Amino acid sequence: MASVITEQEKLIGKGIKRKEDPRLITGTATYVDDMQLPGMHHACIVRSPYAAANIKSIDIKAALETPGVVAVYTGAAVKDVGPVPCGASLPGLRVPHHHILAQDRVYFVGHPVAVVVATDRYIARDGADLVEVDYDVLPAVADPEKALADGAPAVHPQWPDNVAFNFHQENGEVEKVFAEAEVVVKQRITSQRLIPSSMETRAVLAEYRSGEKALTIYSSSQIPHLLRTLVAGMLGVPEHKLRVVVPEVGGGFGSKLNVYAEEALMGWIAMKTGKPVKWIESRRENFLTTIHGRGHVDYYEIAAKKDGTITGIRLKLIQDLGAYHQLLTPAIPTLSVLMMPGLYRCQTICADIVGVFTNCVPTDAYRGAGRPEATHGIERMVDMLAAELKMDAAELRLKNFIQPGEFPFASATGLTYDSGDYAKPLKKALDIVNYMGLREQQRKARAEGRWMGIGMSTYGEICAFGPSPATPAGGWESASVRIEPSGKITVHTGVSPHGQGEETTFSQIVADELGVDFNDVVVLHGDTAIVQYGIGTFGSRGTAVGGTALYFALQELKAKIKRFGAMLLDTDSVVYEEGRCACRKTGNSVSLAEIAGASYRAMKLPPGTEPGMMATYFWEPPNFTFPFGAHIVVTEVDKETGVVTIQRYVAVDDCGKILNPLIVAGQVHGGVAQGIGQSLYEHGIYDDNGQLLTGEFMDYAIPKITMMPWIESEHTETPSPVNPLGVKGVGEAGTIGCSPAVVNSVVDALSPLGVRHLDMPLSPEKIWKVLQGGQA
Amino acid sequence: MMIAIMRRAIAVTINGKRHSNEVEPRLLLIHYLRDVLGLTGPHIGCETSICGACTVLVNGKAIKSCTMFAVQANGADVLTIEGLASDGNLHPIQNAFWEEHGAQCGYCTPGMIMASKQLLDRNASPTEEEIRHGLEGNLCRCTGYQHIVNAVKSAAAKMGA
Amino acid sequence: MIAHPFDYLTPKSLPEALLLLADPDAKALAGGMSLIPMMKLRLAAPAKLVDLRGVPGLTSISEESGRLKIGALATHFDIESSRLVRAKCPLLAMAAAHIGDVQVRNMGTIGGSIAHADPAADYPAALQALEATISIAGVGGTRAVSAAEFFVDTFTTAVGPGELVVEVSVPVEAAGTGTSYQKCLQPASGFAIVGVAARLQAVSGNISMARIGVTGLSGCSFRANGVEALLESGSDPQAAAAAIANGIDANSDIHASAEYRLHLARVYAAKAIRAALAAAR
Repeated sequence: MASVITEQEKLIGKGIKRKEDPRLITGTATYVDDMQLPGMHHACIVRSPYAAANIKSIDIKAALETPGVVAVYTGAAVKDVGPVPCGASLPGLRVPHHHILAQDRVYFVGHPVAVVVATDRYIARDGADLVEVDYDVLPAVADPEKALADGAPAVHPQWPDNVAFNFHQENGEVEKVFAEAEVVVKQRITSQRLIPSSMETRAVLAEYRSGEKALTIYSSSQIPHLLRTLVAGMLGVPEHKLRVVVPEVGGGFGSKLNVYAEEALMGWIAMKTGKPVKWIESRRENFLTTIHGRGHVDYYEIAAKKDGTITGIRLKLIQDLGAYHQLLTPAIPTLSVLMMPGLYRCQTICADIVGVFTNCVPTDAYRGAGRPEATHGIERMVDMLAAELKMDAAELRLKNFIQPGEFPFASATGLTYDSGDYAKPLKKALDIVNYMGLREQQRKARAEGRWMGIGMSTYGEICAFGPSPATPAGGWESASVRIEPSGKITVHTGVSPHGQGEETTFSQIVADELGVDFNDVVVLHGDTAIVQYGIGTFGSRGTAVGGTALYFALQELKAKIKRFGAMLLDTDSVVYEEGRCACRKTGNSVSLAEIAGASYRAMKLPPGTEPGMMATYFWEPPNFTFPFGAHIVVTEVDKETGVVTIQRYVAVDDCGKILNPLIVAGQVHGGVAQGIGQSLYEHGIYDDNGQLLTGEFMDYAIPKITMMPWIESEHTETPSPVNPLGVKGVGEAGTIGCSPAVVNSVVDALSPLGVRHLDMPLSPEKIWKVLQGGQA
Repeated sequence: MMIAIMRRAIAVTINGKRHSNEVEPRLLLIHYLRDVLGLTGPHIGCETSICGACTVLVNGKAIKSCTMFAVQANGADVLTIEGLASDGNLHPIQNAFWEEHGAQCGYCTPGMIMASKQLLDRNASPTEEEIRHGLEGNLCRCTGYQHIVNAVKSAAAKMGA
Repeated sequence: MIAHPFDYLTPKSLPEALLLLADPDAKALAGGMSLIPMMKLRLAAPAKLVDLRGVPGLTSISEESGRLKIGALATHFDIESSRLVRAKCPLLAMAAAHIGDVQVRNMGTIGGSIAHADPAADYPAALQALEATISIAGVGGTRAVSAAEFFVDTFTTAVGPGELVVEVSVPVEAAGTGTSYQKCLQPASGFAIVGVAARLQAVSGNISMARIGVTGLSGCSFRANGVEALLESGSDPQAAAAAIANGIDANSDIHASAEYRLHLARVYAAKAIRAALAAAR
């Protein structure tokens, strides 16, 4: 329930209801497909039904003859458009040339082959059916381990081993530690392909004004400025002649942290035809052609002493990349490696990634992007180690945690953890569930023949991406604040919120810093024509990096306000409080509106001060932030059917300082829902021919309202020293903390049967088979 | 298979206002509302009648307007999210979604609110289980649904008061 | 998302509808919950749609000489919420309540659903157990077939070309009859992985009549006669339920293998039988 705002009260820390919502709850928000431009055409894309095939011929005649069809283009027409960009660089990375339409070969089901442009969306769809493509079907490979086997079909003929890159990182005396270990536990752990499934699919509308040679692309994106830079490059349009507008965005979860072929293609068509053109991705296309997440096969080894001290972690990570590199595809598993020690003190690690091409749609960032996989791995291994040593899982974690006095902590993978008190959320969660009482209940349940499980995860994550040297396109963020002559305030932020509520939290920051009414602030974003360059919204960075940029812009502005205030009050000593500048000596004061007005009228200026009241700040973060937390899940497994029921879900998250608890709770709930989706339901399944078997909501189960347990969300607050707001970020925490807690709980439930590991999703049939055999 | 099809004259009352148009029989109601009439509140989230983003009320019943042709709505009374507030006052369900943070990206929200209206029309004080059962035809990828459940509970309390 | 073009016809009487449906390119449209998604995915492309909703008399639910007569255009919501159906034939109301979601139940009709004959639909299990009679109208007149005859195979029924389901007739349950529909649902689609309808008459625990309908397990819904016989000859529910899978060629897909489906059928049969027995008391 939202708090009520009273005047002059500090807003940070309060559950203020969101500014974004009036337009959302009345149906008056504007998403891309809500826009119609004069003379607008519609595009429908012809896609490959095969995972691997040579294109022998394409006959577009019948499509072109359809009344209302304006144009049909194939790969030949756009062969000079630059490739879909990969922003990640790794030594020796093989980068296939990713044309925006297939040239002579297709590499995955859904690969765009041709595009039909028509006067309405119905005719475009009809025309697409009439494009006849003659394929010579080739053998395909859809599984990364099969792709690495001898004799596997080559996804890209020039690289018969299907290896896109190898990556190695180690620290400490790995061989020695493992040789001398008192106990070593090994396990193969998978993190299955997931389909991000934002409720709004991708959507692009492009408009070209030939008189100005200016192109505007409206796209449902998380990164308007990067999109502009990169698409300008692809199309050879000077960057200043390309405007990208990101209107309301119906969810992204990483899948719109990308640059897609269709964004450049619509721009190209708009320039070619001189008419606006719109493309709205169908849900089927979304399943087939928008990036997927995860796609890991991990081989873990963990070394420890008999007392439970973890001494080494070794990982061989096989990443299913898909057929191409999208924007960050090869970089995602490197984040898993960075996060592989989790919250534990262990300094000896060794990781080898092999990035593998498959005839599938590329994987890339999906909520958590590399960290859920890493957390799932380490948290499963710690549970297995506890089982091996017959230690309590909580006790083993507490023993290995980095201690509060050890921050900043240099991790084995080269990170510097900013701040933390890892025992605190775990102890809080254990208290909430009454852990000892629960174990007692579990003993009784087992005596009654019921399979009850208690599982926990203690996760850490890398957030607030990030320092620029560690981020492909720069990791800073920008904000500009303009106080209008009337004292009203306009903020331009370089982040691109799409559900995270920064129009609200940023207004809270402004209201508190300037002592102004929350409703006197407007936060604008997502239009490269009006907003200074920014990086965007992803990696739990919006508030931690974008909010900090805003904070610093506000400090600059406050200094200027004081200079004008001092001038107007004819004093040299002013304070700025509650929206007024006051003279310390006389107590006389002027309002912000009066000061702003004076700054624009500029009848008189303070010495060395420009007219106007505006500040812009580009903030470079000195480090990532490192949120953490503990989730505890109580489950029961139905012995007859294998169905897992979550009976209790407790999440204690520490995301640093909380600016708006209502919004933070929403982020946790949504994150956990996606974690539960991965744990129990979701799996993007390709068959051996590269056909996606889960290609619609009829077959791919994202959690429905009836599938979600009640989430008990609590927090500890350990401020981050990285930024003055003390915030760490919370967008991905729920997802990252969730899956190991669920799986640990179910494995715990079935441990009397000798079960030590289960791979996700924990489908009823998978569990039932385990119950049949008594072994995993 | 291109055949010349006669357009059909339809008259539909939408949010209290009568609209008459000639439409292709295959035009979906959602496209009629969005593309022809400019009522872009209801959204399209899938093509298999699962997600519920396009939910509107037809003659008082919640339906998925992506799974109905506009011609089928000839003569019907349709209520969309745009018609829910009256005289500039938000409907209690809209207010409750705002108060309880029931929306994040907002894409599912219009459909979710219309399905909630159907739920509360039929059951003025639903239990949590009844709320979940009543909204199972609406997918949300952002919220984990918890704040939506709170919003419907809160709206029920306000509307019953 | 976009169907092929079609012509839209709105008959005002049953004879007119039948006349229009005599055209092999015409397809009947009721609630459209099965047909329209298939048209949008271009898996179906009828040249003419005959919308039956203007045909009078097809939505009524009434009691007549010991049976409930359900018009083919009665929606799932009409059926689940009908006091008459809930009181006199609760199994049908229960099956209707399990279909899809609220929006689908508001629009989808019993006639449309059974004529589509999805092997994972909910009604067929109930109709098999209820020994329902389905009236099929054609230009030559109306004929009645039993549920067992009606459901022929996957997406195949006894409805011939140009014919139309017009009514479903189910018994008014006698005192002492207990029924239950138990469904394991596929989480994404909401369809049944398996669904079992049990309908029992029992006197002091002895089952005198047992009817078991099954959906989702194989290509077509069916009556589990073996289970019925075991129950009527005094087997305990668990043992009888185990026979449900005998001789069945079970469906197998990414949601459940044949082996698991057969297992679920036994589990859900036992659940349904136990619940029906409890209701019979």
